[in-house]
Amino acid sequence: MVPASLKGFLKYSLIRGSILFLTVVAAIYLTIVIANMGGKVDEIVLSELRMAITQRVNMDPQYKNLPAPEREKLIEAMLENEKKRLGLDTPFFVRSLIYLKDAITLDLGRALYMTSDSGSRLVKNIILERLPATVLLFTTVTVINFFIHLFLGLYLSRHYGSFFDKLTVALAPTSVIPGWFYGILLILIFYTWLHVLPPGGFVDVPPPEEPVAYALSVLKHMILPMAAWIISGFFLGVYGNRTFFLIFSTEDYVEAAKAKGLPPRLIETRYILRPTLPPIVTSFALTLIGSWGGAIITETVFNWPGLGLVTYEAISRFDTPVIVGITVIYAYLLAATVFILDIIYGLLDPRIKVRFG
Amino acid sequence: MSRPSRAESLRRVLQDIMYYKSGVAGLLLITLLVALSIYTVIALPVDRAIYLWRSSEIWLDNPRTAAPEWVQFFVGRELPKTVVLDSRAAKLGVAKSSTPIFGTNMKKILIEFSFEYSYDDFPSEVNVFLNAKAAKQLPVLKVIWVKPSGDAITLIETAMSGPNMSLYVTASEHVLRNMVGYVTAKFGFQPSDRCTQLRLLFGQYTPDALRTGDMVIEKGRYRLIIDATVFDEQDDLDAKLVVYGLVHGIAGTDHLRRPLEIALLWGAPVALAFGLTASLVTSLVQMIIATIGAYYGGLLDSLIQRITEIYMVLPFLPFLIMISVFYQVNIWVILVVVIVLSIFGGGIKSTRALVMQIKEYPYIEAARTYGASNMRIIFLYIIPKILPPIVPGLISAVPGFVFLEAALAFLGLGDPLLPTWGKVINDAFENGAVYKGYYYWVLEPSALLILTGIAFALFGFALDRIVNPRLREL
Repeated sequence: MVPASLKGFLKYSLIRGSILFLTVVAAIYLTIVIANMGGKVDEIVLSELRMAITQRVNMDPQYKNLPAPEREKLIEAMLENEKKRLGLDTPFFVRSLIYLKDAITLDLGRALYMTSDSGSRLVKNIILERLPATVLLFTTVTVINFFIHLFLGLYLSRHYGSFFDKLTVALAPTSVIPGWFYGILLILIFYTWLHVLPPGGFVDVPPPEEPVAYALSVLKHMILPMAAWIISGFFLGVYGNRTFFLIFSTEDYVEAAKAKGLPPRLIETRYILRPTLPPIVTSFALTLIGSWGGAIITETVFNWPGLGLVTYEAISRFDTPVIVGITVIYAYLLAATVFILDIIYGLLDPRIKVRFG
Repeated sequence: MSRPSRAESLRRVLQDIMYYKSGVAGLLLITLLVALSIYTVIALPVDRAIYLWRSSEIWLDNPRTAAPEWVQFFVGRELPKTVVLDSRAAKLGVAKSSTPIFGTNMKKILIEFSFEYSYDDFPSEVNVFLNAKAAKQLPVLKVIWVKPSGDAITLIETAMSGPNMSLYVTASEHVLRNMVGYVTAKFGFQPSDRCTQLRLLFGQYTPDALRTGDMVIEKGRYRLIIDATVFDEQDDLDAKLVVYGLVHGIAGTDHLRRPLEIALLWGAPVALAFGLTASLVTSLVQMIIATIGAYYGGLLDSLIQRITEIYMVLPFLPFLIMISVFYQVNIWVILVVVIVLSIFGGGIKSTRALVMQIKEYPYIEAARTYGASNMRIIFLYIIPKILPPIVPGLISAVPGFVFLEAALAFLGLGDPLLPTWGKVINDAFENGAVYKGYYYWVLEPSALLILTGIAFALFGFALDRIVNPRLREL
């Protein structure tokens, strides 16, 4: 009995794992093609190279007396050399496959133009340097939102029909307005009008020396972006969870538990919360991972030095390796999360073992 | 059992909507926005709107970054409106005379503008635009400012540098020097550095105010006299005085003096067209793809499922931004890209689950038995059945796309020509609205965006409760 179910489980994990891996590979390849504009970025790089080489040759006193055709030839030769050095002499399709291999093996390479704040050209460093700021802001706010929505949703489902319940239902449409947009309004109120909070940035300029003051300053800069996201998600999040719990609380087994005379708290935890947990945890995990990618618009609005801002900067400067690098990391994280969740549910859900047994 | 006719069921849905006040409110708002869009497209055709929005010369008489006129009700003071006086247009307060100078070909031309200034704040700028018709030599002229108190200050004395000369009175160092000279001669001390051209032009001259720079408005009748000499009988000189106010029109102006109402009006049809098209096409295509996949099952279904999963991993917004940056496309191409990036979105999974259930229903089986084609079953039997639960989602998805367009415009990736709400917010941010407090500039497009978003959300939510009876009880 045990080996059969274990075998089924392993088979299930293997299939899920390979499908997810192929998904990631396909997504990364698509990103590589699009981020290179199907090879057009090469042309940009090449034309910039030609310009730089031409300038170098023209400025060099050593070549001053060289006749024009000779000079042309020299420039061409140098360009060919550079092309070879950068690998631009092979067709884009072949190179795209090489890029794919590098990306999948997490060999993120060097950025074309961008440097990290400490001056490194490695894509890895550029990403790692900005990741903490993004995680600090968006993961915090995701966790806060999760608990607010969960507990208030549960509370409202218990006090269904109350004033606050009706208010939440009525105000749920306010959540169609995205966080960055609330951010703009909050900046206008708390910076432009009241002058109590900074309009953006990570820390005061100049940054405080003392660690505690530094942390407080960062915290002060986090208030508005966090508030923006909390307001934006608030009513719909609470409404969604409340409705979700309400639907589950009308299930037959809950009615049966009520009929048995079980105390309400027990019904809540064992009969409502427990069966609703898997979808809630899944969505939480995915949102959490999503939050690590940062939020391009919110980070732009608040000038928050996170991954979102780096992504935007990389895109506007055609820095393909950085764009691909960020996508690769994000795709891997997402796939890993999905895989882990799949495994956990596979362990918990008896139906899966039966199907693959 | 008789099924209600289509018209009847539609009437029932409408009745249900009336039951939800929020749904009615949403529907009314949407109707309003659609009416506004239709009005805009008819009253201000797109070419005209783009022309007005793109040309800078036609707005020279408008103030820069002026708040809308109704702002006065909130500040409780009367804010200056723009005063335009032109010697070519006969009007109260405009006088022009020319007298030949005896024995020469020369003429004296005297242009006098006068206007009542009783506002509670300083204007934003003062410009004089001069336009000369000269055969050989350009006119020489003297510009004199006469304040209500009787102080007559020569602002500038010059020969014109070209046939068209603009005298930026409130930016001219020359004017400032002359006024400071006047004050120093009259009061015996130099006025404070805080006395700008604007304050010296419109402020009351008291020793205290001049020392500290805290000047109050001097209300009353102001005059600007241009005393010119032209050097030929045929020569002529015309002038236009513009005293730029702090408020303008119903929506105010931006940093390029353009009246914002053009962009605010045009934002409506663009936002609606973008949001509705994106939402409609995406939802319908998603529905059809999911239905076909779920109905046929097998390889096709797995393929669709896998593509959906790949789409989930793709970073949607970075892709969209990449394409907008790389190809610098207009808004309709962006719309197509948005649709292409969304057709394998999350809606596929839920529709698929629904179709999986429906395709086992007896009536589908019956249809198969009597030989209905697959296409007939999909499009006539399954899709009509799954349409109702999809429509509310479709409506509620509109704001997402509207704000997406605004987000792209905020990043500066909007349509290169068409004015949209997002672009106005972007302009406002780039020109320091946050730091300088141009609230109206951000709040007007924001209010319209919010209105649009809430309208569709209210309507969509109400519809959702109608077609999902389970929600209605809750």
